[in-house]
Order: sequence, then structure tokens, then C-alpha cells
Amino acid sequence: MAEKTQSAEFIPRLLPPWELLAEGHRGCQGCGEALALRQILKAAGPDTIVCSATGCMEIITSPYPETAWRIPWIHVAFENAAAVASGVEAGIKILQKHGRYREGKVNIIAIGGDGGTADIGLQALSGALERRHDFTYVCTDNEAYMNTGIQRSSATPFGASTTPSPAGKESIGQRTEKKDLPMIVAAHNLPYLATACPSYPLDLMNKTRRALSTEGPTYLHVLSPCPTGWRHPIDMAVEMGRLAVESGVFPLYEIIDGKLRLNVEMNKRRPVAEYLKPQGRFRHLGPEQIEEIQRFVNEYYDRLIYRSQCDAEAPPTPHEE
Amino acid sequence: MGERVGLEVSLAVSEAVKLARAEAVAAYPITPQTHIVEELAQMVADGDLDAEFVMVESEHSAMSACCGTSAVGARTFTATASQGLALMHEVLFIASGLRLPIVMAVANRALSAPLSIWGDQSDVMAERDCGWIQIFVETGQEAFDQTVCAFRIAEDPRVLTPMIVNIDGFTLSHVVEPLELESQEAIDGFLPPFSAQVVLDPDRPVTIGPVGFPELYTEIKKQQNEALLASHQVIVEVWKEWADSFGREYRPVESYRAEDAEVLINLAGAVAGTARVAVDEMREEGRKVGLVRTRLWRPYPFADMREAVGSAKAVAVVDRALSFGGPGGPMASELRGALYPLASPPVVAGFVAGLGGRDITVGDFRAMVDETEKIVSEGYTHEYRMHGVRE
Ligand SMILES: Cc1ncc(C[n+]2csc(CCOP(=O)(O)OP(=O)(O)O)c2C)c(N)n1
Ligand code: SF4
Ligand SMILES: [Mg+2]
Repeated sequence: MAEKTQSAEFIPRLLPPWELLAEGHRGCQGCGEALALRQILKAAGPDTIVCSATGCMEIITSPYPETAWRIPWIHVAFENAAAVASGVEAGIKILQKHGRYREGKVNIIAIGGDGGTADIGLQALSGALERRHDFTYVCTDNEAYMNTGIQRSSATPFGASTTPSPAGKESIGQRTEKKDLPMIVAAHNLPYLATACPSYPLDLMNKTRRALSTEGPTYLHVLSPCPTGWRHPIDMAVEMGRLAVESGVFPLYEIIDGKLRLNVEMNKRRPVAEYLKPQGRFRHLGPEQIEEIQRFVNEYYDRLIYRSQCDAEAPPTPHEE
Repeated sequence: MGERVGLEVSLAVSEAVKLARAEAVAAYPITPQTHIVEELAQMVADGDLDAEFVMVESEHSAMSACCGTSAVGARTFTATASQGLALMHEVLFIASGLRLPIVMAVANRALSAPLSIWGDQSDVMAERDCGWIQIFVETGQEAFDQTVCAFRIAEDPRVLTPMIVNIDGFTLSHVVEPLELESQEAIDGFLPPFSAQVVLDPDRPVTIGPVGFPELYTEIKKQQNEALLASHQVIVEVWKEWADSFGREYRPVESYRAEDAEVLINLAGAVAGTARVAVDEMREEGRKVGLVRTRLWRPYPFADMREAVGSAKAVAVVDRALSFGGPGGPMASELRGALYPLASPPVVAGFVAGLGGRDITVGDFRAMVDETEKIVSEGYTHEYRMHGVRE
């Protein structure tokens, strides 16, 4: 208890004072994506340009003539945030070379939702990663197309009820497993990639800093609880993120120069049922289906542990001492 | 006086982009545009052009990356054609809405299906309402000159609107023509570096590309359209200055032997050369025929067109694009609209010809003029005719 009070006092003082995402935006109450954005910008600081994809975060922050962005920001379309960021990076590079742009490093962040990243924007993302632009791509994953009204994406987990994958007498909701996007991204051999969650603010902010200070393309996959789409109480977004991590549903890890490291290794994971239960999108699931999900989670988590152990024993990468 | 060379027209466009000191090029290969950007890549590789060349993974990303480079203040160029332009469609409207002065060469080519790599103007006609300034050129010299001018026009603070320079695929893009290349010094004197007022810069944060609610969307679109319409004035000014510096004059529409003409041919692009031969032949036979070539297509030059064709009996409009289920060709319907307010407008006879690489010959022009005269004497029997169809 004493330890808790201490961190509650000290941690805010360790954080940068700036709020680069202004209060008063139009996000739903208790939005986990907006929380993630706030933390990412805190870590990134003012020398940052953000390129947003269409989606909740773009809509809620930019109702012209108002804006929640205290840093330079551009939104072009839904599927092209990574391509726009490519241009921003290339443009700044040449302008700086010609002495026609401020000196010093400018962080370039592209942000897209799970739909804007795992589905419609996957090609643009892959292209930008392969071209080795020096930028960080952040996928704020709330596991569906929320902005258009809770439609399934390829990042929607098995069993979740969404508007076009509804639960019903003949349907358990989403029939397929969540696309493993971070591993698809990892196949581009990035110098740095991490999964994160705003329920672990210091972890998310540290990973943001690390991603931004690593040269070349880097990627953050941020699980972002969405009370509206997940149908959990509005004061539970932080709790939901913790349950996702503690149950092993959303493992926190980093892949640095190809080596995977689990950040919070849970020897004793909580049952996935505890994560599923507060969410309306899973309410229809029976014990059998919950058992099936538990099995997926166990298998996946065990594989990650195995991989992290193998990677730890692998020869050092050039960046390791 | 520039240097006289023989050069493939695609490469003349690349030369113009180099002399304009473009700072960023993001592009994707598609025939018949490819030579333009390949040459630019080579120039960058050889150190002749100090620019960022981004070979993206699609045309959608090409135009998106161009939005990024332009939004930080870099002079930006790209080129495409046909399916590539169609894939850019979504982003074209955004680039103009964001007022990003990107310059793009389009080597006009037919649209699939059936797949055709050959020339017509269907690709750009499908994008005519995308808010870009659009011109058609006839020759390699014009392609060179207009590519340089395009940066001046698009980047003018009164305009800030992207611009397309249309070059007919193959029949212009791939031919070698004699032309004059101007010196770097001369081009530098004509075209100052791009100095954008609103850029993504952490020292002066701006929000670009917000959501427009119904209370303001209409006003924003009106502003954008007004800027596009007003660009006519700037375009004429820039072309005047070009003529003063380099001696080659350009107008929104070019008339040839049109003063006393009873029948005028109206078209756009490289096929004007053939039309001129047909006009000369018919003039020699004593027929009062002339040519009006549309150079400026957007903003549509209403006043110039009325003046150019208003006193003729008839205009034979030759469109290299088909508006399916509509009034035939876009240029004919646009001209009809422009002439409608006149007390006694000329007859507008619409022809769709030269699709998917089909040649339009001197004989074809003669036949279309014949048919136009028939319509004048006998009245309209059809909205338009597809000319040169094999029976
Ligand atoms: C090309 C295109 N297709 C569809 C849309 C409609 N659309 C806008 S936002 C959105 C959903 C965004 O979902 P996601 O990327 O997961 O972000 P979220 O809103 O959930 O944060 C969709 C489908 C669009 N704007 N553009
Ligand atoms: S729908 Fe979800 S992600 Fe979108 S603003 Fe609301 S809570 Fe946030
Ligand atoms: Mg989403």
C-alpha cells in the first residue's frame, strides 16, 4: 500500500508535463484509444508530426475549425497513413538537406486503427516498412471498425459479436481467430517492434520513446479497450487492458532486431473468462467456447515463451553488447 | 535561346522536372508513363537531380506520399496513366481539397476492360471533377514548357491547387521530337523555390485534413472552386511571362485557320497535328474549315471557347473518351453547355474516336467535317457518333 502511494505521487512528476492531445475532444467516455494517444504524445513530445488514418481518433480530434492536436497533424484518408508518413519523412529529409526546414530530429508517427492497419491499410504499411522510412507506425487496436459502428475487422477476436458478425442462434459471432498483425509486421525485419497497452502507461511511453529513437521503421501495436464497441462499463477501460494482459490474451512483448522478449511474463495467468465476462461482445459465449478460447490463448502464449527462450540463447545481434 | 535537341517526349518531361528542381518524386510504374519516372530515378542516381525518389508500392500510395512531401513544403512531382490514375482517384480529390500543389504528368491511356495499354483520354476524363488544374499538350516542346509552368501555376499563393499535364500515351510520350531545352539559369530565373505558407512544422503546429461538418463543408468547397476558377487569370499571366522569357506563346485555346471558318474541329492533345493537315487540305479545296485546340481543360475556359467558336456555324468535337450512357464525349457536352447562353450557338456535332490506340487519320477528320455539314443542313439525328467503328 505504501508503495502504491509513493508511485502515485512520483510517477506523474517523472512524466513530461505537456498534454499534446488537448482535452475536450469528442471521444466516448472512457475511451482506451484516446488514452493511448495521450500517453504516446506525452512520450513523443512536441517535435513530432502525426499522420492519422481515418477512424475514431481522427474524427474525434479534428472537427473543423477545432482541433485537439497541439502538434502538426495531417489526415489524408483511411488506408494510407503509412504512405503519407513516407512522404512526410522523405520530404523533411530532402528539405533539411537543402537547408529549407528546421534542423534536428522530427519524430514522424503514423497512426491507424486495426481496420486501417490490418485490413485496408496493410499494403501501404508493408510498403512503407519495406522502404525503410524512418518513422513509427502505431496501430491502435480496438478490435473492430468502431468509427463506422462496430463492424468486424481481421483483428476482431474469435467469438466477439459485432454488427456484421453478430451472435445469434446460428452464429457465435466472429468465426475466425484474430489476425496476428504484429508478427506480420515482424516479418519485415524491423529494428524495433512492441505490443503495448495504455493500461500500462509507463511501459507504453517507454516503448514509444524506444521506437522513436530507433533509426528506421518501428511499430507499436497498442491494444485499446473501447467501452462502446466491447460493451463494458465506461470506467473499466484500464481494467480491461490489465485483464487482457494478465490473462495472456494480449501478451506484452518487444522484438528487437529479431529477438523477442516478453515484458510481463505471467507464471500464473488469470483465466480468460475473467477478461471475457465484463464485455457485452462476449456475453453470448458458453463454457465450451470459453474453453476453446482458453486453449488458443494457452497455446499461443506457450509458443511465445518458447520463442523468447530460444531468442535469449541465440547469438547476439549487432546492437547487443 | 535554349539548347536544341532531339529527345523522347517522356524524357523532355523528366528534364523539365529536373530543371524545376523538384525535391520529391513518389511514383509507381505503368505504361506509357514509365519512361518519365525511370529517367528521374536515373537523374537522382547520377546526382543530377538532388531529390528524394520514393518508389512506392501502388499509385494510391504514390499520391498519398506526394501529399506528405507537399505538406512539409517540398516541390513534388509524380506521373501515372490509366489504371494508375484510376487507383489514385480517392486521393486526387483530397490533394486538391488540402490545396497541395503537386504536379503530375499523365501519359493518357485507355481504361480496362478490355485491358488496353494504348492511348486515349478516358483516364483523365474520369477525373475531370477532381479539382486539379488540367491541361492537354500537343508537342514535346509544349510538354517541356508546360511542365515547368505547372509548378509556377500550382504553387502560386493565389492558386495552391495541384495540376495535371496530359500527354497522349505513345503518340506523344514515346516519340522523339526536336525541342529546345532551356538552361538551368534561365529556369531558375523563371521559377523560384516553392515557398509554402502552411506546412507541417513542429515550430508552427497546424492541423491539415480535419473533419468538415455540414455547417462548413459547403463554404470550404466553394472557396476551393473559386480558387480553381481564379487560377485562369494566373495561368494566363504565367504563360505570358513564359513567352516574354522564352518566346513561346501559350493560350487556353489555340485556334488555327479559324477566323472565317464555318466548321471548326475542336479537340485536345497530339492528334491536333493530323487535324491541321486535314484543315489545310480542305482549305485548299476552298472549304471554310478551321481547328480549335483545347489546351486548358480545368478550369474550363468558358469565355475563351465562346470567343473561339461562337461565330462558326458548327463545331465538330472529337473526344477520345466515351461517357457511357451519357452525352457521348465529355468535351462535346462541356462545349454545348458553354455555348448554350449564346443567342444563336453553333451546332455542336459530337464524335467519339481514337479509343484504345485507334488512329485518327486525315481522312477521318474529313469525314467528320462532312458529317457535321450534313447535320447543319439536315438537323441533329443523334446525340453523337462513334467514328471509325469497324462494321
Ligand atoms: C476507403 C474507405 N473505406 C471505408 C471508409 C469508412 N471508414 C471510415 S473509418 C472506418 C473504420 C475505422 O476502423 P479502425 O481503423 O479499426 O479505427 P477505429 O475507428 O476502430 O479506431 C471505416 C470503415 C473510409 N473512410 N474510406
Ligand atoms: S467508439 Fe470506442 S474507440 Fe471510438 S471513441 Fe468511442 S470508445 Fe473510443
Ligand atoms: Mg478499430
